Formats: sequence, C-alpha cells, structure tokens
Amino acid sequence: MAEERRQKQCSVGLPTESMKAMAESVGVGQLQEESCVALSEEVSYRIKEIAQDALKFMHHGKRRKLTTSDIDNALKLKNVEPLFGFQSQEFIPFRFASGGGRELHFYEEREVDLSDIINTPLPRVPLDVSLKAHWLSIEGVEPSIPENPPPATKEQQKVESTEPLKVVKPGQEEEATIQGKSQGATAADGKGKEKGLIRLKPRSTHELSVEQQLYYKEITEACVGSCEAKRAEALQSIATDPGLYQMLPRFSTFISEGVRVNVVQNNLALLIYLMRMVKALMDNPTLYLEKYLHELIPAVVTCIVSKQLCLRPDVDNHWALRDFAARLMAQSCKTFSTTTNNIQSRITKTLTKSWLDEKTQWTTRYGCIAGLAELGPDVIKTLILPRLTIEGARIKAVMDGPVVSNIDKIGADHVQSLLLKHCASVIAKIRPQPDNVEQYRTDYGYLGPMLCSHVMKARTQAALQAQQVNRTTLTITQPRPTLSVSQSGLSGSSGPRTPSIIKVPSSLTLMSPRPGTPSQPSPPATKYIVMATSAGAASTQQVITLSSSQSASSVTSTVPSASSNLQPLVKLESGSGPGLTLTQSGSGPGLTASRPLQKYIVVSLPSSASSSLEPKSSVLPTSISSTQLDTGMKMERSESPGASTQSPH
Amino acid sequence: MAAVQGGLVDADNEKDIKTEPPSDGWVNNNANDGKVLSASPGSSATAGSNKPAAATTATAAGTPEDQQTLLAVLQFLRKNNLSESVEILRREAGLPENSLEAKAGDSSGTGDADTDAGDSSSLLSRVTVSSSARAPSPKKATAGEDQPDVNVVLSAYSQQGDPALYDVYYSGLKKFIETVLDCHRAELSQVFYPLFVHMYLELVYNNHESEAKAFFGKFSGDQECYYEDDLRILSSLSKKEHMRGNETLLDFRTSKFVLRISRDSYQLLKRHLQERQNNQIWNIIQEHLYIDIFDGIPRSKSQIDAMSGSLAGEGRREANKTKVYYGLLKEPEIELPLDDEDEEAENEEGKPKKKKPKKDSMGSKSKKQDPNAPSQTRIPLPELKDSDKLDKIMYMKEATKRIRLGPDNLPSICFYTFLNAYQGLTAVDFTDDSSLIAGGFADSTVRVWSITPKKLRKVKSAADLNVIDKESDDVLERIMDEKTASESKILYGHSGPVYGISFSPDRNYLLSSSEDGTVRLWSLLTFTCLVGYKGHNYPVWDTHFSPHGYYFVSGGHDRVARLWATDHYQPLRIFSGHLADVTCTRFHPNSNYLATGSSDRTIRLWDVLNGNCVRIFTGHKGPIHTLAFSPNGKFLASGATDGRVLLWDIGHGLMITELKGHTDTIYSLKFSRDSEILASGSMDNTVRLWDATKAFDDLETDDFTAATGHIHLQDNSLELLLGTYMTKSTPVIHLHFTRRNLLLAAGAYNP
Repeated sequence: MAEERRQKQCSVGLPTESMKAMAESVGVGQLQEESCVALSEEVSYRIKEIAQDALKFMHHGKRRKLTTSDIDNALKLKNVEPLFGFQSQEFIPFRFASGGGRELHFYEEREVDLSDIINTPLPRVPLDVSLKAHWLSIEGVEPSIPENPPPATKEQQKVESTEPLKVVKPGQEEEATIQGKSQGATAADGKGKEKGLIRLKPRSTHELSVEQQLYYKEITEACVGSCEAKRAEALQSIATDPGLYQMLPRFSTFISEGVRVNVVQNNLALLIYLMRMVKALMDNPTLYLEKYLHELIPAVVTCIVSKQLCLRPDVDNHWALRDFAARLMAQSCKTFSTTTNNIQSRITKTLTKSWLDEKTQWTTRYGCIAGLAELGPDVIKTLILPRLTIEGARIKAVMDGPVVSNIDKIGADHVQSLLLKHCASVIAKIRPQPDNVEQYRTDYGYLGPMLCSHVMKARTQAALQAQQVNRTTLTITQPRPTLSVSQSGLSGSSGPRTPSIIKVPSSLTLMSPRPGTPSQPSPPATKYIVMATSAGAASTQQVITLSSSQSASSVTSTVPSASSNLQPLVKLESGSGPGLTLTQSGSGPGLTASRPLQKYIVVSLPSSASSSLEPKSSVLPTSISSTQLDTGMKMERSESPGASTQSPH
Repeated sequence: MAAVQGGLVDADNEKDIKTEPPSDGWVNNNANDGKVLSASPGSSATAGSNKPAAATTATAAGTPEDQQTLLAVLQFLRKNNLSESVEILRREAGLPENSLEAKAGDSSGTGDADTDAGDSSSLLSRVTVSSSARAPSPKKATAGEDQPDVNVVLSAYSQQGDPALYDVYYSGLKKFIETVLDCHRAELSQVFYPLFVHMYLELVYNNHESEAKAFFGKFSGDQECYYEDDLRILSSLSKKEHMRGNETLLDFRTSKFVLRISRDSYQLLKRHLQERQNNQIWNIIQEHLYIDIFDGIPRSKSQIDAMSGSLAGEGRREANKTKVYYGLLKEPEIELPLDDEDEEAENEEGKPKKKKPKKDSMGSKSKKQDPNAPSQTRIPLPELKDSDKLDKIMYMKEATKRIRLGPDNLPSICFYTFLNAYQGLTAVDFTDDSSLIAGGFADSTVRVWSITPKKLRKVKSAADLNVIDKESDDVLERIMDEKTASESKILYGHSGPVYGISFSPDRNYLLSSSEDGTVRLWSLLTFTCLVGYKGHNYPVWDTHFSPHGYYFVSGGHDRVARLWATDHYQPLRIFSGHLADVTCTRFHPNSNYLATGSSDRTIRLWDVLNGNCVRIFTGHKGPIHTLAFSPNGKFLASGATDGRVLLWDIGHGLMITELKGHTDTIYSLKFSRDSEILASGSMDNTVRLWDATKAFDDLETDDFTAATGHIHLQDNSLELLLGTYMTKSTPVIHLHFTRRNLLLAAGAYNP
C-alpha cells in the first residue's frame, strides 16, 4: 500500500496542457510538445520543493492548515518574489470551468467598484487578542467546566452504547486508564482490557464530585420547583452544559421515578416539568441518551397515553402534555431508532394496540393517536387514515348520543380535532383535488365533511405561501421547530388548572396558533410560562417536591429510615405496581402484564457520601428492564457479555 | 536555496560561510573577527578566558583537513576583498603568510582546494563544503564550469555502471540479506536505505531517468516507514538538474551515513560482496557510508529502530564519548533572611516546617562541588546584581512552599488560552517567576501580559527621570510611570512571523526571533527594542536565554545555531553541523552547554566554551520541535513531529526511554521543578504528564552496557503516563512550572 502511495507521489505532475494554457496566458503562442514536457516536469518539481518549505513554516507557525502566507514565506526563502493577491484566510477560492474541450481552474477576480467600497461602512474591528485562564486540571482531575471538553464526546458515547464490543481506540483506552488511576480504580482493569482475550466493557465508576452533587441537587430542585425563572435557567443549563455526561444516569432515574410517582398523584404540573427536562436533555449536544432510553421512553410514553394525568380531567389541560410528550417520543424515535433496537416499530405497535382496543378511554386514545401522528405522515397514512371512519363513528356516538359524561365528550372533541389537524395535511397531499364533501363523507364517514373543509383550508394555505406550508408540514414531522410553540401552548394550558381564570379549556385555542405561527421565537413562550407560574403558585398544594411526594406515596416507595436522614436515599421497587405506571392498565391486558421485578433501585439524591451508593448505582443501567413496555417491546440493551456478568444481582 | 539562485552570492558578507565540520568536530568560526568568547560582562579584565579557545584553534588547525578548510575560507575572504579578516584569521590559525598563495597556486592545477574555495563562494549559505567530501575519493575534477556545485558534491557519482544492473545488484544484496542468519539480518538491513538512496542518485545523476524511476518504484516500498519524508523528496527528484541545490541530496552527499554494525555482520557482508565481485555496491559502501564496527552481539531490530531515523544515520559512538560536565553550578551563597517567613509558615499546617531541614541539608550538599559540575569559571558568567540576589531569595522562599509531586500527587494545571488569535500565535514564554507571559504572533507582533495583578509600566521619560530624587529608597518605584500602567503591551519591530521568544532570567529583557532573520532584544522597562541581532539571513526558528542571563542562543533555517552575548552585535560562536534547519535551541541549566534540535531528526549538545559538538542523539523520526533539560542537568527530553517524547541521559549519551501517546507534533516539554514529572503539550490538544522519576529510576537498575552503547527500551509508556488532559481544540504550545510546581500551559483557541 505504501508502495502504491509512493508511486503516486513519484508520478504526480502538472499536465502538459496546463503548460500550454499558461504559456498562452503570457503570450507565447505555439509551445512545442517537448518543451511542454520539460517545463511541466521542472515546474512540478519546483512546486513540490516550495510546498515542502511551506510545510516547514506551517509547522513552526504551530498550525495544521497550510496558508497562503506559508507559501509566500517559502518563496521568499528562495528569493522569489511572493505571489500577491492571495490573502484568503481560509481557502483559496479556485473555481472550475470547462469549455472548448479544456478544463481550467481559475481564481475569480471580481470587478470592484471603488465607490461601493468607499461608501460601505467600515467592517467591525476584529476582536483583539486576549488571554483567559482556566483550570485544565485540579490535582490531576479535569474539572467539568465549559472551558474543558466534555469527558466523553457524543460520538464516543454513541459508539459505546451502540457498539460496545468495538475495539477501543487508543486515545480512549488511555483516557480510561487515566480515569481509572485518578479515580482510584485498579490499574488491572486497564490492563485486562488491553490484553485480555475476552474484551470486557470497562466498568465505569459513577462517582460524582461534591460540586456535581450540589449541581444535581440545585438543578433537580429548580426543575420541579415553583420558580419559573429558576426552572428556565436550570433547563437551559441541562440543554447546554457539556459536563453532564456523568450525571446522566441520575437524571434519567430522576425523571423516570418522578413520572412514576406523579402519574399516580395526577400531578400534571410536575409531569410537564419532567417532560421539559427530557426535552432539555435531548437538546444537549454533548449527550447521547441511547443508554438511558429504557428509563426515559417508558416515562414519556406514560405521559402520552396515561388514562389520567391530572386531578380534574374535565378542566385541566393534560392534552398539551400528551402532545408535547408525543413530540418527544417522535424525536427520540428519529434519533435513536436503529435496526437493532427497533424503537419506532415497537412504539408504533404498542400505541396501535391500545388504540385498537374498544375499551380504551378517550384520554389514552388521544395519546395514542397523537403519538402515532407525530411519527410522521407515513405513519398517519398507513395507520390512522384507514381507521378514520371507525373513529369517526365512535366520536359521533359520544357527541350525538346521550350525555354520558362530560369527560367523554371533551375527550371525543379533542380526538376529533387532533385527527382533523393531523390528517388534513396528509390527505391534502395524497388526494387529488376536487374536494367533494360527499366523497369525503363516504370515504371517511362522520369526520368527512369536517376533514374536507380542513383539507381545503390546507390547500389554500399551501397555494398562498408555499414556503409557509412547507414549514408547517415541517412542524408536524419535526418536533424541534415546534418546541417553542408547544411550550407556549403547554404552559398556557397548564394555566387553566385554576378554573377561575379560564372556564373551559378549548382545544381549538390551543391548536389554532400552530399552523399559523410556524416556529415562533421563544419570548412569547416565556411570557406564557410566567402565567403558568402564577397558576401553579395558586395551587401550591399540588406542587410538591419529588422527595416529599415520594415519601407521601406509601404505595410505591418507602423511605429507608436506616440509611441516613442526611442523604435522602429513596428506595423504590420498580415495577411493583403496574397501575401506577400506566393508568390505562386496567383496560389493556397486554400492556399491563406486570412483572414485579424484585430489583432495587437506588435513587441518589445529592449526598455528600456518594461512595456508599457507588456500587449499586453502577448496576442501574443493566438491572432495570423497563416495566410497562415490556410486553410489546423488550428493551434490550446492547451489552457486552462481560458487562452483564459483572452486575451483581 | 542560494544555490538555486546562483547569482546572489557574493554580495553577502563573510558571516555567511558555513563550514562543514569535518566530522562533527570542533570547527569554530569565531565570527571571523578574531574575537573569541568575549570578556566577562562587567569586567574587562578576563581576557584570559580567550586563551583556551584560541589555543584549540591553533592546535586543531594542525590536521591537514582542517587546514584545508581554513584555506578555503581564506581564499573566499580574499576573493571578496576582506583583507583584514584574512589577516586576522591567518594569524589566529597560525598559518604562514605564503601558504595560501602556494596552496592556491597548487590547487588550481589539481582543481582540488580551488574548486572548493570557489564553490564555497557560490554555494554560500546552503552548500556546506565538506572536507570529508574531499578526503575519501581521489578526485577527478570533472569540472563542467556551468555547474560547479553539483559536480563537487557529486563527483563521487562519476562512476558509470550499467544502469540495468543496479536493479540486479540491489535485489542480489536483498536476497543475500534475507537469507543470512536472523541475528545478522536486522543489522545488515540498515544498509538498505543508504544504498538505495545512493544508487538512485547515481542513476539520476547519470541521466538514466527511466531506470531511476523503475528502481525507485521497485524498492522504495521496502524502506523503513520513518524515512518516508525523505523518500518523498527523493521521488520528486528525477533529473540531474534537480540535484542542483536540493538540500536532501546535499545532505546525503556531504555527510557519510553512519551505520553501527557488529563485526561479525560486517565480515559477512564484506565477504559476500567480495565473492560476488559486486563492486558497485562495495564502492558506495566505501565512499558514502561510515560503518561503525563494534565487537559484541549484533543488535536486535528494535534496538536498531530506536536509534535510527535521522537524516544521516546514527551518531558515531566516539561522538558521544566526550565528558560532559552536566552538574549544576554551585549556587552563590546568599544569606536567607528567615524572619517574617516563620509566621507565615505556621499558618500552613506545618508543611514548610518539614521542608526546612531538608532545604538546609540540600544547601550543605551544594556547598560541596559536584564532581560532574563544570568549574565555576569555565565560562565567564555575569556577576549577580543586588536585584538578582533578591530574586534568588524570593526563589528560595517559594521553593520552601513547593508542592512535592508524584504519581499520587499530580500538579494542577492552569491553562492560559489566547482568544481571537486566529491561528496567529506562534510562540509563548513565561518568566521564571510566572509573573509575565509573552506571545509571539504571525502578524510580527510580540505581546506581553502581566498575569499577576501588578500592571506593566514603562520607565518615565529622560526629562522626568532627571527630576526624581535618586537617593530615595523607593527610587525603583519612582522611576516608573503610573500613567502607562496596563495589563498588556505590544512590541512592534519585526517584519515577519515571530517564531521564538524568551524572557531573560532577570525579567528585564525579552528576546524574539522571527522569520525576518533577526533576533531582537526588547527592554521590559521601556518596552522598546534595544538591539536587532542580524546574522541568520533566513528565518530564525528559536532563541533561548541562558539561565544565567547575558548569553543567548538562536537557531534557524541556515542550519546553524549561534551563541550571542547581549552586548555584542555579532555572534560569539557558530555551531554548525546539523544537516537541516535548527528548529529549537535550549540552554543547559549550568549555561556551559546548549542543545539544539533539528529537522535532520538529530539533537546535538554543544559546548559553549569551545563550540564542540559533544553529543549527538538520534532516534527521532521527525523534525524535533522542543527540548527540555531536567532541572538537575542530568537529562534531556525532546519532542518531535512524530508525537514521541524521548528521554536522554546526557552523561552517558544514551537514550533512556521513549514516551508514546501523543498523536501529533509535540510543541512543549517541561520538567517539574524537582524533576519528578515531565509535562508534554502537543498539537493534538492534550497535556500529558509522565512519571519522570520512574523513568530515571528504571534506568539506574539497568546495566549500562556503555561499551557498545546499546539500549534496551521497554515499552512502558503506558505505565509512565500519569495523566492526559484534553483541551477544547486548543493546541498546547507552551508549558511552565511555577516555582511552587503549579503547571501553567498556554495555547491559542482554534475555533
């Protein structure tokens, strides 16, 4: 191989055609072939020589990029006049042109109008060089501060989680040993990993520094606390801080346990906060969540399909939470679904199954449809559209039939508008144009006429502003741009919690801003959020911090009195009560299959002595196999065999 | 280089002659003005120090080869009408007045010395006229007036073999070496590379272009990977005309490639070649290779690989035999005022108390003369000023608070990031007391920052200085102009990127070397340029102040390192011998020696006193970009583009260990104050810490088979690596340990 490369080096030279072209450009007409050959050889050689010298300047300039000034300096070294005019900092903008049977690379020189230059205001003065100091290492340990790179890059986390058996790269390998050394692990770990024939996944220690523990405490408290300003800051921190890698297991457990408890408590506000944490974690560019999906997805799915999410389903707007969670779900499907974990298909299966169930409540039904709809137009086309008729009939039965309960009616109403919203745009695309109401009625039943008007509206909008429509379709498929909108909707919706402010939560007001305002900037969102705060504050009894709520819920959790009262250790029997995790459990037989796993999870709230937790918490990722999704989707983690044997059961 | 431009030549003055030392020998140009190492600063009465050097000059001139070199120089001077210099040099060298004429007349007939002299003028700065080039082969002056340089350099390639047979010869040898016993194979394989190069060059020289290409294509793949850079240069060279002025070629031709081979292996090779009547190869071996034969067991492949890689083979064994006084100079006795210190000390949990007795014992030890230390007056050093003494006291006070480092006690690292530097940061230095940081930039500026709360102030103007009371106690404070106080100052003066930067130990001066060929001395009191030292006509890659001040060294693209004194505008010594650019320069802690690293992948240690090269270290596989002496003076660390750090024992002249781990060029190395930890910073955006104590301890248990100079390297880089610290896309280009062993690192953020 090396030989080949060298061969190439040996033979590379300028083509004789270039010689001719250059000769022409300086006015030499007929250049003989022989002289061309001789010239091109000579010129290639000289160019190589200059390039070698230029490299020298690059090395001494302590750069990786060869710049035009290096070439200039190399020329100067040979007492050749430097080339003028190539001052480009980044790259030389050579352009390619062909024509007349000739191919040329040329340097584009635009004609410059002097008056333009004179009249344009001066560009901003570039910032002056400045000096900034930070700690790269404190007594041998690199602190996780924004100035330092994250301990594990996203790619590395991805490789780790998707291909644990992959050969560890040299750099990482050393890093691992360093970590081992500095954190007191045995050096044998590192050695064995290198030389051992059986490649074991290195056991990573989950020890948080005191600062990290404090940070974790602050952040989690702020996230579920009552001060919205603090929460916004905390979420911002979660979404941007590069050093959260080590705390990720804690956060994920916090969220999953939080959802578990608060679903039972029907604490809508807290559920919303927790979902926003999930969102923030997903937004963090340095984190790769694949390893923690087994905790996060059940929590998110719970928020989508749970039978009841709030104390007063008739007045509280839990629909927004379902929408938001559905979008989160869609996002994680998009990001993490691979052929091995099949997240998307498993999610789809689960959702469809409970949707198809006759006995499913309207709330769950809504969640299922929202979850499916967010997965994209393809899913809508194949799964939702065929069932429009049946669903329409069901809605009709509730709407027109005898008033059973207000809740059912509201539910049906929401389902209807949801279906209309999502299906209209898809139908607009796949259905040829004349939109005939009767045709729609025969095709889609009860919902037909309404769909028709929605579709027509969609079409006119598309015609009016193609771009905008494009974007609105984007907002449906892509969860990201809708974040701000959904947040505003979400927080606005959490407002109606106090019935005195808004009497009836109308889904229309919630949904209508969506197509019209594609991806609004965040300011309005925050404004709404402030409103939500006041609303939350009004019902202060509901906002309880996690630890207290857990200790209150006697069904699920027991506070171990023995461990210590200083560090709030919470022991939970995960999966003990299926009812609390998925409230729809009563109806869906498949979904509920409760397998009480007799495993103990230790949730470590920040504590000073984390060492006692350490061995147990390291078990976390392996021991919890998700509970509620187990039936349809067994979350198999790609683990090396070594790792699974390591975990002490 | 200059040779390419045949024309520019004679305009330049005599300083540009670079005489190739015959064999890394002693040649010392003395800057041609006859002034040897100048009198000690401050006192004019130490002219005696001139004597040893002058004496060496005279004695050494006795050998015929050196005499020839001198004659060549004289010839050149005469040609350029520098009669005064001729006179001085002649007197200095003790040559009879008529010798030149006689010789010149002589040589014009034979075309020997004359050609050389003429060549030296035309080759000027680049082409080093090697006396060794003359010595070995009976020279046929194959003249061809149009290209004298190539002919001189390549005269040995005049042998005309059948170009078609080269292939056969080479593969024949290859087959033979492949069939010899395993123990000899590795050693004999060393022959391949130089042979390959010389055969290729012969083919090219004799205008067998296609054969040369075929030969190259066939066998270049067999060469060791670390020669790849050179092969690339060779590959581009396919015509006789290209040979003119090609540096690599000249290096190859002018210096013999040094191989170390055991006697048995050598006999084997010799017998084979003689049996086969393979004169072609035998000639090359005789003429272009220097085979250093030793008695004993042949070396293993790994042993050879560790040492090879340089442009001209390994260093000769005898080159590293000279005694080097690597010990430290005795510290001047300064009474340590221990008054107010004690109160402070008690606050710090008695830590310093433990150190105190230790410190004293060390103090008493240092009173005894270290057997390895040079005598105090070996080279004249500046006397200590009062301010220096104060600084020494400060240093000792700080030293008592120093943290003892070790594998379990790693230093904290404070990283200074240069923001908005736009890839322009090229050099950084800290003062020894870590109060100032200076950066050299590609835009020709030098910037100085204060990293303590104390701001940088200029001295008042002369008129204002006249007014102040010179007798007052705080006169030093009064001379400063408060109005100019700022956190950073910019020094303008260079006309090219600044590549090297160095603070003087007393913090009053700053040196900077630049692409424009000058080294500039800046005052940190007035923040103006004091002197521009001109001598290197090409980019100056690095400069470094002596730890005792006054002297400094610079090295550049012209392949020489120069020793200067701040009060002389011409160099005191020119250290020549490197075959490519001198990329980094570093003074030994005792100021008697200095080390230079080069693109020829060797490190040389030079004696400041007489200009001799006393050590040649080979083993790096890429240009060396940084050097660091251990504070105790015993060891040297070097880092190169190959991403490896090598540790050398100066006393024995041997490699101790190699530290692998970096993935890109290493730009900075530094030992902690007590030599326990070696820190390395690299282009790969990491700072790594290595256990130097362990590396040195391992060495002492090793048996030094110094007789053969073999080394046994264990691959224990991973055990020695104590820590890796990634920065956020910031190459680490400088490292510095504060007096209390806090590690400071610096680099420019590269978005």
